[in-house]
Amino acid sequence: MLGKLTWDAIPFDQPIPLLTSVVVILALGGTAALVVWKGWLPYLWREWITSVDHKRLGCMYFLLGLVMLVRGFADALMMRSQLALAAGNAPGYLPPEHYNQIFSAHGTIMIFFVAMPFVIGLMNFAVPLQLGVRDVAFPVLNSVSFWLTASGVLLVNVSLVIGEFAKTGWVAYPPLSELAYSPGVGVDYYLWSLQISGVGTLLTGINFTTTILKLRAPGMGYGRMPVFCWTALASNLLIVAAFPILTATFAMLLLDRYLGFHFFTNDGGGSAMMYVNLFWAWGHPEVYILVLPAFGVYSEVVATFSGKPLFGYRSMVAATLGICVLSFMVWLHHFFTMGANADVNAFFGVLSMVIAVPTGVKVFNWIFTLYGGRVRFTSPLLWALGFICTFVIGGMTGVLLAIPPADFVLHNSLFLVAHFHNVIIGGVVFGALAGYTYWFPKAFGFVLDERLGKASFWCWLVGFYLAFMPLYALGLMGATRRIQHYSETGWQPLMIVAFVGALVILMGILFTILQLVVSIRRREALRDRTGDPWNGRTLEWSIASPPPPWNFSELPHVEGTDAYWGMKQAGRRADAEPRFEAIHLPRPSAVGVVIAFFASFGGFAMVWHIWWLAIIGLIGVTIAALAHGWIVHREFEVPVEEIVAFERQRLLERPS
Amino acid sequence: MLSWWKSGVLDPQGPVGAAERLILLDATAIMLAIVVPVILMTLAVAWWFRSGNARAQHLPDWEYSGPVELVVWSIPALVVMFLGGIAWIGSHDLDPPKRLTGTGKPVEIQVVALDWKWLFIYPEEGVASVNRVVVPVGAPLHFTITSASVMNSFFVPQLGSQIYAMGGMTTELNLRADKPGTYPGVSAQFSGDGFSDMRFELVAMPPQGFDDWLGKTKVGARILDAAGYSRLSRPGTIDQPTTYAAIVPNVFEAIIRNTVK
Repeated sequence: MLGKLTWDAIPFDQPIPLLTSVVVILALGGTAALVVWKGWLPYLWREWITSVDHKRLGCMYFLLGLVMLVRGFADALMMRSQLALAAGNAPGYLPPEHYNQIFSAHGTIMIFFVAMPFVIGLMNFAVPLQLGVRDVAFPVLNSVSFWLTASGVLLVNVSLVIGEFAKTGWVAYPPLSELAYSPGVGVDYYLWSLQISGVGTLLTGINFTTTILKLRAPGMGYGRMPVFCWTALASNLLIVAAFPILTATFAMLLLDRYLGFHFFTNDGGGSAMMYVNLFWAWGHPEVYILVLPAFGVYSEVVATFSGKPLFGYRSMVAATLGICVLSFMVWLHHFFTMGANADVNAFFGVLSMVIAVPTGVKVFNWIFTLYGGRVRFTSPLLWALGFICTFVIGGMTGVLLAIPPADFVLHNSLFLVAHFHNVIIGGVVFGALAGYTYWFPKAFGFVLDERLGKASFWCWLVGFYLAFMPLYALGLMGATRRIQHYSETGWQPLMIVAFVGALVILMGILFTILQLVVSIRRREALRDRTGDPWNGRTLEWSIASPPPPWNFSELPHVEGTDAYWGMKQAGRRADAEPRFEAIHLPRPSAVGVVIAFFASFGGFAMVWHIWWLAIIGLIGVTIAALAHGWIVHREFEVPVEEIVAFERQRLLERPS
Repeated sequence: MLSWWKSGVLDPQGPVGAAERLILLDATAIMLAIVVPVILMTLAVAWWFRSGNARAQHLPDWEYSGPVELVVWSIPALVVMFLGGIAWIGSHDLDPPKRLTGTGKPVEIQVVALDWKWLFIYPEEGVASVNRVVVPVGAPLHFTITSASVMNSFFVPQLGSQIYAMGGMTTELNLRADKPGTYPGVSAQFSGDGFSDMRFELVAMPPQGFDDWLGKTKVGARILDAAGYSRLSRPGTIDQPTTYAAIVPNVFEAIIRNTVK
């Protein structure tokens, strides 16, 4: 009846996951009870859960990323504290079977459920506004994407309470991830949660590629698109090209595990090397799926706070597209040590270095954007400057790792761990937090508290260096990644420094949360009625904050790059009488949340071999998707009067 | 703390590790020559052009300059061409299967990664050792590596290059130890619960000492046959290195073909 699921799946003997689970369940239950008791549920259902508005979905993606950042960071703290303790003969406090789940969950969560929601959230919020349009190409599909991501998140977190997570590392290399070596449900949780959220991500890629290629304000040719939109286009093209590889690879591993196939097993003609190749054929583009939009954020932030157009726009676009193409030609550098011949290794090594050229060009162009500007040191700009200084170090160690003979001694060491945290924290996380601070006033109509934002920045920056510079040194000393204890007591001081660094980053995260709480409480003092708190350059700053559901009451006419800056320079068209028309908007739709509901049960059922429930899940997903096809009235009309009233009110409130 | 690099890849004891350290240091120095000025320039430019600085030039519309673009594409391109040359030549010079020269007879060593220990077979000498590999100083060492279980990576940081150990196939690695000593070895690829204890030591002895070790090992009682291998290959870690006085012929090939378990 319940497949492999028994009471043994609940970790009664492990205090850490058990207590965490109890606290999380109580917190979730408490929140749900509060929502119902206060009568907020109808509002939440109508305005958020079933919303197909890209702005709302963007906010929900970002919030999801923040929540999971806390979860993934709790894992990081446990790992760092374990390694600070477990030197010499000390075993630490986390036995391998628990520790191995923690680092696997940390990697999986941070990549798929923190970095991806951050980046997709920012693209959701900003891309349609920057393009001067009223929504994405497929608004309902957008909601389906979000809820499928949330479904993946749910499954990963359920694994904490019921069963276990993978003990294979976040890459889940076979044969270790095959049934013979990982007979538990951990790898299945990993595979199903990523399969479900992966479908959501692929749909996002299709949606945004279509949006950027087909929906732009009149006059916005490709040569006038904001650079953030260019990077979003490159990122989504990569999603469309790369995520199917991941889905197919995981499908093969699932066939191995569930039906006794031999794609990646040691015996039966399987080849684990094929998995490794396929995984990184997705995995390397994934790095650029994350970091390209972050580059876009920095481009917007540096230009805005320098009060100058981005230097070398065409170079930046060319560099972005160059990285986009090159990112598919370097995957082998993740396993130079697998025994490919020297020509192959050298070819992929050199191509990997070539990526440093367009990336270096970007760095120089940001510096020249600052040059001759009137630079305002706001927290988004601090994130951008911190990024440049940190990222070039990560880029340097990346080029070192791209030299095959150097990689032969650095591969899989803590040096490697330091390198990719250097680029992901310094690149993606800083970019996400810069974008969050930058666009927050657009989303909610008030700016975030600057002092707490700067405190968060300094904690992240200092914490990052404290946490990861020791790992570079430890890697050179011969420390490998994923060790649970070590006999070299000489490593311990550096491990302790790294732990302290993690604590400083924790303060950065707490400051971010505090900043949000304080800013909400002080929102009247922080209110921005201009819609343009930063003296911005792109179209999102031309409309009200928060924007109305239809974004642009009148579609803008774009006459150059930095469209809104051009309008401001030419003088507001205040005297030209705006011509408003009724606007059609998509209705809210429950299809996303319903599909995700069934997908969650289906995934859970597959993990535990509860076949009847899996069939119900599949049927539920299918019926929900088909039923949506029969809905005829998918749009509603916003009458002209409402639009006129909104704009009149905005003019009244706007400070002159 | 001052000698923290002792024992790591910055303290090589053989030609492979030494060449790799040289590449590492050269490439780092070349890149630091760009990276440090870039960091300083970023901070200096941002600070000089701060909004309160009336003395700073103001170029609110400066967004393109052909010469500047040429320079910003050229600098990274030239650096990468240079480093690319290093990478290309280094990849071929330090290709793991490439044989090394040295003093004395080359030593053949077959390596099997097990859950979670390392088996070293000396096919020509007819002995085997677990978690300790003894080699003569200065002799070319030729390792043929496989796994009887999941993927691992065979790595002695102070001798240089690591390479994966994978089931059903072999990889090759050539190393040489130039100084007597005991060097830690690890699996650098995560392989399950006993991974952290899957360590071994590489002991480099003068040729006479190596011959003595072989002689002592051969008088032991334990034999690496099907039954002995079966006991050894059970998942688990071991505390002390052990040896086998004799091996059945072609046991390594049988492990690769998975005909002994």
